[in-house]
Amino acid sequence: MKMRLIVTLVGATILMTLASLWMGQQAYTWFPPQASAESELIDDLFSFLTALGTFIFLGVAGTLGYSVLFSRAGRYDYSDGPPIEGNITLEIVWTAIPFALVIWIAAYSYQVYEQMDVRGPMEMVHLHMPATMEAAYAEPMDDSLPDSLPDSPTAGLPSARIAVQAKQWAWIFHYPGENGQDITSTELHLPVDHRIKLELTSDDVLHGLYIPAFRLKQDIIPNKTIDFEFTPTRIGTYRLRDSQYSGTYFAAMQADVVVESPQAYQSWLADAANRAPSPAYNRAAFEYNRAAEQTIVRGWETIPPAPPPIVNFAPKQAPDSPPV
Amino acid sequence: MANLSVEALDGNRAQPYPGAPDNWKRFFSFSTDHKVIGIQYIVTSFIFFLVGGLFAMIIRGELITPEANLVDRTIYNAMFTMHGSVMLFLWTFPVLVGLANYLVPLMIGARDMAFPRLNAAAFWMVPVVGVLMMGSFFVPGGPSQSGWWAYPPVSLQNPTGNLINGQVLWLLAVAISGVSSIMGAVNFVTTIFKMRAPGMTFFRMPAFVWTVLAAQLIQLFGLPALTAGAVMLLLDIVAGTSFFRPENGGNPVLYQHFFWFYSHPAVYVIVLPVFGIFSELFPVYARKPLFGYRVVAVSSLIITGLSGIVWVHHMYASGTPGWMRMLFMFTTMSISVPTGIKVFAWVATAFGGKLRLDTPMLFAMAGVVNFVFAGITGIMLGSVPVDIHVNNTYFVVGHFHYVVYGTVVFGIYAAIYHWFPKMTGRMYYEGLGKVHFWLTWLGTTLNFLPMHPAGLMGMPRRVASYDPEFAFWNVLASLGGFLLGLSTLPFILNMVSSWIQGEKAGNNPWRAIGLEWLISSPPPVENFEHLPIVIAEPYGYGKDEPLVSNLAELAESPG
Repeated sequence: MKMRLIVTLVGATILMTLASLWMGQQAYTWFPPQASAESELIDDLFSFLTALGTFIFLGVAGTLGYSVLFSRAGRYDYSDGPPIEGNITLEIVWTAIPFALVIWIAAYSYQVYEQMDVRGPMEMVHLHMPATMEAAYAEPMDDSLPDSLPDSPTAGLPSARIAVQAKQWAWIFHYPGENGQDITSTELHLPVDHRIKLELTSDDVLHGLYIPAFRLKQDIIPNKTIDFEFTPTRIGTYRLRDSQYSGTYFAAMQADVVVESPQAYQSWLADAANRAPSPAYNRAAFEYNRAAEQTIVRGWETIPPAPPPIVNFAPKQAPDSPPV
Repeated sequence: MANLSVEALDGNRAQPYPGAPDNWKRFFSFSTDHKVIGIQYIVTSFIFFLVGGLFAMIIRGELITPEANLVDRTIYNAMFTMHGSVMLFLWTFPVLVGLANYLVPLMIGARDMAFPRLNAAAFWMVPVVGVLMMGSFFVPGGPSQSGWWAYPPVSLQNPTGNLINGQVLWLLAVAISGVSSIMGAVNFVTTIFKMRAPGMTFFRMPAFVWTVLAAQLIQLFGLPALTAGAVMLLLDIVAGTSFFRPENGGNPVLYQHFFWFYSHPAVYVIVLPVFGIFSELFPVYARKPLFGYRVVAVSSLIITGLSGIVWVHHMYASGTPGWMRMLFMFTTMSISVPTGIKVFAWVATAFGGKLRLDTPMLFAMAGVVNFVFAGITGIMLGSVPVDIHVNNTYFVVGHFHYVVYGTVVFGIYAAIYHWFPKMTGRMYYEGLGKVHFWLTWLGTTLNFLPMHPAGLMGMPRRVASYDPEFAFWNVLASLGGFLLGLSTLPFILNMVSSWIQGEKAGNNPWRAIGLEWLISSPPPVENFEHLPIVIAEPYGYGKDEPLVSNLAELAESPG
């Protein structure tokens, strides 16, 4: 009897472990393509959590399921079960194991978070806050930046910093050109395998810069400039979405991110610099100005969207169509 | 048939003061009987549950296609704002207060709550909150469209320029709801500390009472922060102050701290009593004592303590510096230890018992499984690097609906079925109950599971339109949402018809151990003519020991 129990438990554990490892591998397929250095780290962490979570879920649900199958009261059995009120050893074990697990998970997450800083920027978010902690934490790290990174970021590229302007409801990207020219675009172009520094600002309300393929997100706060740094690693076109609810046309506030070779990026920037600024298509303004909405029920009054942004470069394709 | 039942129950329906109605009309009166107030809470909030569900179905109707083509974007935004607000402030909070109101005095052997009039006053603020919320649909500019978080500056924007607008009414409603909750909390905490029957020591209280105590303590320390935040926001809108108005130097992130300092613990205010319901039901339907009762009881208070130091995990992607992200990651994850203790205790209670899968137990077991799933995704969200990707996506929406629907609503249904014979004296129809369970389970899974992959792919929450790549998961979720709407019909049918003409249930149809099961169903006004003298811990299944020393006295109580 005892032997049978041990064999059953060992067998169940092996099966659960295999199922968990399989789920952990499946987890990678649930994400958009890995297009930044940070995304690989995050996907590995998520896969680990999925495997661990699957094991715990199967353990709890399996035990309950076992009870449902094998511990049912007979139709006319009105007796009670054994009056077991607890088991100190078992209770200590199931307090200690979760405690150890969360320490492990938190430590692993902490390590990934640090690594994200090492791989990409030293500090992913650098808030300009007039607090003392900025000097204590952020400044020294910023100073050590150029030495610690082997491929000196965006060296030779004219636009190390790109200013991101968010407003209700448009994204405008500002590239510094020669002679202080402000080259503007409604599409975010980035050179691949280079560290990107964004300066995030908002004209009105909270917005959120979110690029799922990069697994990165940062709220944008009015009256603050937030530095945001990362490294795209895969050429392609990706989606940038507003992730912090910003009012009526929030869902329409999307833009494309084009990651291209440094050469292509350079020529795009040179081309954009020579274009005369013109109004870009803006989904929010377009919908607002359309007298009869396509919707069945008319809405309430809204904050009017800003007029379509006037930029040097705007993609020919409407920014609300799916990425290529 | 109807006459018979009224006669049979007559003795129970006398009111404590002369001239009070002694029939169904008492549910529409300013009754001070905690059992009447409990049922008032439950029925009122269930009506708002249906209203909030209707809003959810409009949301799911819009999201069944990628384009925003069913309702205008402003209406969509109002729908998700009011869906969240109604479901929290008018359904989950009040329905659980209702259950606690009904059960706590019975379970601790008290004749009523400590402050019966305060109790009634707290209840009658709920309809006021409801009228304000619903009334906001009829003011210029429509109801609030800033989400149930009401983050400034969006919540400060006032397109119509009217002083009386949806956001102002919303803030008033939230403030009144907060006052009502604080009044309730004072009452519960006092009742549990002061009104216990002789012999009812803390470690003889049922686990449900422990969880209510733990939850109501959170209300006392947390709600002032939310109310202060709401008042400051209200002043920013109507009086021109600039606490949170960035253009005048205000700090919108400060509001987020005020908001989440209460609103994260609020999740535990909601879920703790549901944990208590699980702890009550598992022993009854498994015929075994609650495994590790004392640890389970104390773990509720540990959760109360930890719940106060985790709020920043809602703000990882906000303007939050790195050290704060790491600190709150550790505190957030530590909450899984006391909750894990509870889950394992329920599983161990069921293990080796003599299970009976009546509707309450089905809901309770499925609720626990859903909660384990929600807990796992919760740990994922607690991990800062993962959260930076999935924060504000449908992954979060899926996670917390597994908590508030998969766990909390399942627990509430379990509780209503379990105590329905006590509240009404009649038995519900088991077949309809099972139909209701399977529809609810299928609807929940179909509605909320697909939200996780959509979120991992990068679909933000609160969007009225989305890229076509997310369409597949959204169609599934919408079908699940409509199914959930449908699933309430067998429940309503069951409750109404069984209350009118269900079989007589007797005092203790589940052969459960607990003070409430020793007296008649429904219990008489003031519950116990002779106060019970408690001599044992709860959950003495299989032990054949008496719970009270004066059983005969209790049984001969009139009614």
